[in-house]
Parts: sequence; C-alpha cells; structure tokens
Amino acid sequence: MRKNLNVIAAYSIMMVLILLVGIFQSWNIALSIFNLCLISAVMTMGANIQWGYAGLINFGIMGYTALGGLAAVLISVDPVQEAWRAGGFDILMALWLIVVMVLVIRFILKRFEKSKIRTYSIAAIIISGILLIRFSAEPGIEAIEAVDPAKTGFLGGFGLPIVFSWIVGALFAGGLAFIVGKVALGLRADYLAIATLLISEIVIAIIKHEDWLTRGVKNVIGLKRPAPYEVDLQTTDWFIKLVEKFNSGKLSVIENLADRQAALNQLVIEGSSVFVKLCYSGLFLVVVIILLILTQKALYSPWGRMMRAIRDNEEAANAMGKNVVKQHLLIFILGSAIVGIAGAMLVTQDGLFTPGSYRPMRYTFLIWVMVIVGGSGNNFGAILGGFVVWFLWIEAAPISLFLINFFTAGIPETNALKAHLIESVPYFRFLLMGLGLLFIMRYRPKGILPEKIEIK
Amino acid sequence: MDFVNAIILLLNYIFIPALTYGSQLALGAIFVTLIYGILRFANFATGDMMSFGTMATILFTWYFQSLGVSLGVLPTALLAIPFGIIFMILYMLLIDKFVFKYYRHQKSPPVQFAMVSIGVMFVTQAVVRIIIGPADRRFFDGEKFIIKAREFKEMTGLNEGLALKSTQVITIFVTIVLVSLLFWFLNRTKTGKSMKAYSDNEDLALLSGIDPKKIVLVTWVIAGILATIGGALYGLDKSFKPFTYFNNMLPIFAAAIVGGIGNPFGAFLGGYVIAFSEILLTYAYKKFFMYVLPASMEPEGLVQLLSTDYKFAVSFSILVIVLLYRPSGIFKGKVL
Repeated sequence: MRKNLNVIAAYSIMMVLILLVGIFQSWNIALSIFNLCLISAVMTMGANIQWGYAGLINFGIMGYTALGGLAAVLISVDPVQEAWRAGGFDILMALWLIVVMVLVIRFILKRFEKSKIRTYSIAAIIISGILLIRFSAEPGIEAIEAVDPAKTGFLGGFGLPIVFSWIVGALFAGGLAFIVGKVALGLRADYLAIATLLISEIVIAIIKHEDWLTRGVKNVIGLKRPAPYEVDLQTTDWFIKLVEKFNSGKLSVIENLADRQAALNQLVIEGSSVFVKLCYSGLFLVVVIILLILTQKALYSPWGRMMRAIRDNEEAANAMGKNVVKQHLLIFILGSAIVGIAGAMLVTQDGLFTPGSYRPMRYTFLIWVMVIVGGSGNNFGAILGGFVVWFLWIEAAPISLFLINFFTAGIPETNALKAHLIESVPYFRFLLMGLGLLFIMRYRPKGILPEKIEIK
Repeated sequence: MDFVNAIILLLNYIFIPALTYGSQLALGAIFVTLIYGILRFANFATGDMMSFGTMATILFTWYFQSLGVSLGVLPTALLAIPFGIIFMILYMLLIDKFVFKYYRHQKSPPVQFAMVSIGVMFVTQAVVRIIIGPADRRFFDGEKFIIKAREFKEMTGLNEGLALKSTQVITIFVTIVLVSLLFWFLNRTKTGKSMKAYSDNEDLALLSGIDPKKIVLVTWVIAGILATIGGALYGLDKSFKPFTYFNNMLPIFAAAIVGGIGNPFGAFLGGYVIAFSEILLTYAYKKFFMYVLPASMEPEGLVQLLSTDYKFAVSFSILVIVLLYRPSGIFKGKVL
C-alpha cells in the first residue's frame, strides 16, 4: 500500500479535478472530459507498450486511430445494396488482383536470390499492378460514388453492432502495423519516427480520398450506438421516475404543479445526456481495466523482462539468444492494435467518422506528450498522463482566460492588447502543452509516475 | 507548332511551378540537414520555426507598408526579410539557450532531442498563433506577373500561354544566390570547414581546437537565415497559414532524407526531386498528348497517374522507398 501511495494520490487528485468540473461547470462537460480521458488512456497504453516497454518510437498513432475509426464505420453501417450491385464486382476484382500481386511478389522473393534483376522485376510488377488495378476498378468506383452521393455513395459496411468494431479496429491497426513494422523497424530511432509519421499521413490521405470505401471528407454520420438515444430516454417511464427520485428534494420545493413539471422536463433532458455519457463511461472503463490487467501481467512476466532487456541493451539481449527483430515486430503490432481499439472507441462515442479531423498534432504528438508526461514504462503513469493532459487540453482555455483577466484586471476592456489576448485564448493550450512537456523532460525526465522495476 | 505548344504547356504547368516549389523545399531541407548534421537531432519544430520567421517578416512588411515604404514593382517583404531573420535568429538562440543546450551538455540520445523539439514545436505554434492568429494571410504587393499568359499568346501567336509570376522568379533567383553563398561558406571559409569537421567527428574537432560554442552559434544563424527566407518565399508565392507550414515539415523532411540527411547538397537536390515527382505524377497529361499525338490517337481520360489528392502521399512514398533501399539517401557522398 505504502509504495503505491503516489499512484493513489495522483489518481485521487485527478478524480477530484474532474468532480470539481462537474460541480462548477456541468456534469455533462465533466463526463465528456472523463470519457475522452479514458479513450486517451487506451491510446497512451498502446504507445507506452511500444515506447516504454520496448523503446520503439511510433509517430504514426494518428494512422492507427483512423483505421480503428474506419473499422467502426465498416462494421456498423448497413450495406448499401445498390452500390454493391453497381460496382461491387469491380472492387472485388481489384481486391483479388492485389492478393495475386502480393502472392506473386512473395513467390519471387522466395524463389530467387537477391539481385538487381529481382528488385527491378518486383518494381515492374508493383507499378504495372497499380496501373492495372486503377484502370480496372475505375468504372466500379465511379458507379459506387454516383449512387445517391448526398447520402451514401459508398459501399457501406456489414450492419453489425458497433462494439464488434473495437476488436476489428484492433485487427486493422495490427495488420497495418505488421506491414509498417516489416518495412521500417530496421531503421534507426529518429528515422523510424519520421517514417512512421509519413506513413500515417499516407494512410490518412487514402482514407480521405477513397470515397467508395469511407465517403472521404463527406463524413459518415449517424452511426449506430451501443448506448440508448437521449430522445428515447426522455419518453421512457422508468427513466423519468429515476430522475424524479434523484431530484425529489429539489422538485418538492416547487409549489406550482405546472412549474414542477417544467422543471422535471428540464432535468430529464439534462439527465438523459448525462445518462448516455455514463453508459459510455462504463463501457470504456471495462476496456481500460481489461487492458490494464493484461498489460500489467505482461510487464511483470518473463516476456516483459525480456522486452526491457531488449530495450536497455539490444546487443546483449541478442547475444543471449533473444530474437530482437521478431519481438520488436510483435510489440509494434500489439501496441498499434491497442491504439486501433481506441480509434474505434472514439468514433463509437462521437457517432460520426470525419477523416478530415485526423491531424498529427491531436492524434500523434498530443498522445506522445501524454506518455512522456505520465511516465513511460509505467502503465499507471501512462494512463495518468492521458487523464492529466486531456484535462489540461480541454480546460486550458478557461484557465488561461481566467489568468489573462486576472493579470490585466487594471487594463480597460477596450485595450487592443487585452482584446487580442482574449481572442487568442484557444491557442494557449499549445503553449501549455509545450511548456509542460519541456519542463517534465528537463526536471522529471521519467514522468510524473516513473517506471519502477519490481523484482518478485 | 503543336510540339512547341506542348513544350510551353509543360513549362507552364510543370517545370516552373515545380522549380519554385522545389526551391522552397530545398531551403527548408538544408535547414533540417544542417541541424541534423551539426546538432545531431531531427528537428520536428522545422515547419513552425519557418512560420515564426515568416510571421516576423509579415509584421515588418505591414510596418513598412504603414510607413509608405515600398520597393516599387518588387514586394515590400523583400525589405522586411532581413529584420525577420534577426528576430528568427534571436528566437532560435533563445530556444537553444533554454532548451537544447542542456541536452547537448548531457549528451542525450537523438530520440530525446526529437522529443524536446516536439515541445518546442508546441510552444512555437502557440506563439505564432497568439501573435498573428491562425488565419490565411497574403502579404504580397508589387507587380504580380512578369509575363502574363494572354500577353505571351499575343506575342508568339501560340495556343498555349506561359505565365511567369514575379514570386516564382524571385524565389528561384534568391535560392540560387543563397545556396551558392552557403556552399561557398561551407567549403571555402575557415568557419565553414570547421563546421564540416565538427559534423564529421566531434571529438577530433574539439581536440584540434574548434570552439563548439561558435559552431553551434553559426549553425543557428545559418538556420535562421534559411528558415526565414524559405518560409517567406513560400508565403509570398502561396500564402501564409501556420497550419500549412506545420504540414510542409513533412515534404521537407522527405527532401532532406531523400538527399541523404546531413548532406546539404543532397538536401538541395532532394527538394527538387520531391517537388518534381509530386507534380509530374499528379499532372493530367491529356492536353499534352492532344498536342503531341495525331488526332486519331487522342487519349480519352485525363491521363493522370494519381489524383492530386495524393500529392503529399507521393513524396512520402518516395521517402519510404528510399529509406528501404538506400537509408543513407540518394546522394551519399561525405557528410556535410
């Protein structure tokens, strides 16, 4: 108990902060911060597995998040029959061509020795394959995109409950990580960072512009939900009774019956959105706890010790007979898969998929700030980082507004500098994040909750 | 005649824009490569530092415009660039003193430097947005075109027009002058040579009495000049928007790595490699083939290899391929 005191203290402070937001701002804001904190926590766990356990730098988190989101769309949206009839065959043809291409390349790689001719022939196969696919799939794609473009214009998905997509998102992200890992993991640390960053940009470019699959920048809205809809809740008897019971003290003060009914209606409307958010919180908490248990177990298992050994001294671990390349690939896939889960969760919560909103600032660098600030190598630290940084990211604007008003209290409202500062309040969050990262890296390089190696 | 038309078409839509864009990337790529070669880290704040320099230039441009100072047909920004450079260098030295110096003395691994530069990136982004705001800004004034497409058509009697924007000429001219000065400095002067030595082997350079503080200072000064001029030229040619500058970091990185990171000449050429391949692969060649081929063989589609949406993806794919087959870049040679 005693040695975990700082962990408990840090989490209690965090919870109190969120509760304070609930009391002073609104429970709706508090819960939406809390939910996104949970999602961020899942992302940081993924990044922490890669960076903290194995020392692999992955600046492609954005790409895996987006793939998770794509999984949510492909799983939950109902299939668009008309689009399948219009161009489904062409798309399947193109997919089949890709499979053939990959098989041919694999065959060549296995069958022939490494030589210039082999490299050139593989390049020729890839280029001609891409051209072939492009020209054969073009009519199909155009036909699909022409099917009621204002509403669909894409193939749709499988029409399954959206929660399945959390697993599928992990598979998608893991699959991409397998390819990226095969290609890029041999690179030096800073090259790997740049390569993963650029690959994630390629992924986003594809998701943004392949409208037949994702609707691209036209966005997919109104996804299915695992939680009830607010509108339904507001007309359900048991829910209204529940709200009445919760607020009986407040309601009994009001004498007039009509006024009381109006107040109750207002409370029901507020309560319904809080209730929906609570449902999400419950679901997300389950995911976070399961992942936390698994990652903790892994960290203290022989496998975890091996990963730390590889991280701290690759050559020595290699000399002891550990397959460094294979383990790096494995952990790269695992970490990315967890990020994929988070991506699917995020889209599930929002109920919409907006490829245009995936930007490296928010989905890659911010997650890295979370991992570094929280404490890499320590799962509790990484989760805490997700909570602290997301909380500050949201609350930075109100805090800095307060500070500006406080320090410029003597200056009249019409002062140009003061007006300009107040206008640019939203950008203080970048300043806060940057300074936070710099201070933590300088004075507490292991993060708020540093890594502890327990030998049991 | 058709053949001349086809050439003019390619010049107008591919060659000149790619040369301009390539020059802007090249300046940024040399900036990245210098920092990597001498200070030994991948600077993720590249794009934002360039936007800081451009912001300073814009503020001075506005100031000069309000005073009524102008260069006539040339944009006022050219007058403001030197002042922008001074502010940029001061900002960089400040950042170096409070942030990077500590890690340099600690001899931190490059990854830690990269993380720190992300912190600098956040801070710089905030500073730029707080001072000038996130909006799209144009600060070009003066004569816009040297040759207008219509005038060119009338002059030559061709079907295709050739438009030459003054920003394009300024960009290419300034880049040539600046890069030749830089290579003269690196290869001919004593300071330049000592920078080279420092980059090749730090310990050996220190033993032979090279002052590391001076090397670092000179590196930041050159970096400041490159960042401000590169950023300002991009802003003059297109427009200034902090978010675009952050995004430009990616093709700049691609250019630096394709050219062999740490090698300024490689970075210079890498900028053009990236720019030309982006534009060549995403240009629709239909009109070109209409001129070159006989009427019976005219193509039906746009004859576009990739849609323009994938412009960035092209440069990144090139980078990934280069990283796989030649991690040291296309133009190997010695470092710096």
